[in-house]
Amino acid sequence: MESLSKRAKVLEKKPMTLAERAYLPAIFQGLSITMQHFFRAATKKQVTIRYPEETRPFSPVFRGLHVLKRDEAGRERCTACGLCAVACPAEAITMVAGERKKGEENLYREEKYAVSYEINMLRCIFCGLCEEACPKAAVYLQADKMAPPRFERDEFIYGKDRLVEPVTPDNRSKRGIQLTPEQADKLRAQLA
Amino acid sequence: MTLPALGWQGLVVLATFGISLLIATYCTYAERVIAAFLQDRVGPDRAGPFGLLQPLADAVKLFTKEEFFPAGANRALFVFGPCLAMITALMSSAVIPFGNFLQFGDTIVHLQGIEINVGMLYVFGIVSLGVYGIMIGGWASNNKFSLLGAIRAASQNISYELAMGLALIAVLMMSGTLSLREITLQQTHVGGGWHLSDIFTWNVFKQPLGFVIFIVCAFAETNRTPFDLPECETELIGGYHTEYSSMKMGLYLFAEYVNVFVATAVMSVLYFGGFNYPFQYEFLDFLTNKTSLSADWAHNIFVLMGVVAMFAKIFTGIFFFMWVRWTLPRFRYDQLMRLGWTILIPLAIFNILLTGGLITFGVIQ
Repeated sequence: MESLSKRAKVLEKKPMTLAERAYLPAIFQGLSITMQHFFRAATKKQVTIRYPEETRPFSPVFRGLHVLKRDEAGRERCTACGLCAVACPAEAITMVAGERKKGEENLYREEKYAVSYEINMLRCIFCGLCEEACPKAAVYLQADKMAPPRFERDEFIYGKDRLVEPVTPDNRSKRGIQLTPEQADKLRAQLA
Repeated sequence: MTLPALGWQGLVVLATFGISLLIATYCTYAERVIAAFLQDRVGPDRAGPFGLLQPLADAVKLFTKEEFFPAGANRALFVFGPCLAMITALMSSAVIPFGNFLQFGDTIVHLQGIEINVGMLYVFGIVSLGVYGIMIGGWASNNKFSLLGAIRAASQNISYELAMGLALIAVLMMSGTLSLREITLQQTHVGGGWHLSDIFTWNVFKQPLGFVIFIVCAFAETNRTPFDLPECETELIGGYHTEYSSMKMGLYLFAEYVNVFVATAVMSVLYFGGFNYPFQYEFLDFLTNKTSLSADWAHNIFVLMGVVAMFAKIFTGIFFFMWVRWTLPRFRYDQLMRLGWTILIPLAIFNILLTGGLITFGVIQ
């Protein structure tokens, strides 16, 4: 029967030659290959990343643990509009909105703010849609942090205590990447 | 033999024992590092500098593991198996000459545990006993995988011992002695001449075919890849040591490395001139005539260099064993048997005939 593609290869099944049956030439060939690898390991840089000392760099577009950002004056940006929760395909975000009282202007940027804001890291698929939905540039997925493993399920529900960015400039991050000391100094000067 | 000489000899025996164990210990480390390098990995590098304390950590781990006895196992034999494997592995290094003799005035110390005139037969006998350790352990485990591994070990050792013995007969025909020390001493020129030819007095150049057969059989006898059918993880879980844990397991693993050490030592004695090294007599000449050393010490340094040469050969051999292990895949059981019975044994017999013919017509002595 003629094959459809006419690309079929004809395999010839020849009896093994004496050299092939003697194993030894093939064995020496194999030994030389492994020896090349031996010397390559001794001379060239290895691909192994020695984990606790070295870490594999994340991709710059990596989407990791969420952060709720503050503005230049250190006020929370989130206004609890709920767009992130609506955008979330995994329904991982819940929040309770509240009205800003008098005297809290230095805490919250808008008149309405999130009294509680929780993300369930077990539900979250780190798609980044909340980040895109946010009109106030408040929620970001950090490029250098991951949700670490924990023993209890309820420990994966991150509240504002763990989501909101710290106040001090040294601990702040810029789109999730830790600020350099110079950037932190600049920010501190702005805040003062 | 005088009393101080006996004391010295006892020290040599103890040293041989200690060195065998030390080398077996560091073989576990070397195996992992060599495996890693051959596979472009890093290998153990955490415990101590370059991971050199890794064997210590492994020993601590093995000692603190649970001593497990499977239900239905024959407890006495279950313990006896690994002991026997270890004892026989250690016993065979007793007759290996690691060097010629040291001289302190009238006292002469042979760098060999015991010198017996049937050294080669002794090694063979002990090595054949070694398979009992595996068989007893595999049988006493009351586990079908262990039993299969044990049976494989037994049939494999019997098959390859034949070819190994036949390959050796050719060497013995040339040397005319079974003493390992004598065989070593024959593999050198005595007196003047061009001494790079010291290398070409090694038996490997007179018996290339015999050497290939011997080394293949040595791989099979020590249960190393490509002939590690008895432990064969993919089919038999762990083979004969499936049910073993803790230090009993450690003894089996250790015994394998001691066996590798002994096999390479025997190989360097039989085929690579043992403690002989190139330019050795020129070196002795230089020590006695050109330096202010006494005759005794000149001789002793010359002999100690021989010990270094011997261990260099052994380490090269051990490296080769590991190199092969991480290069070749395991043979199938029927391939193993066919190779042993239909290729190696006829080849070994042919080698005997060839050697006999060459000796008769005076080409080699």
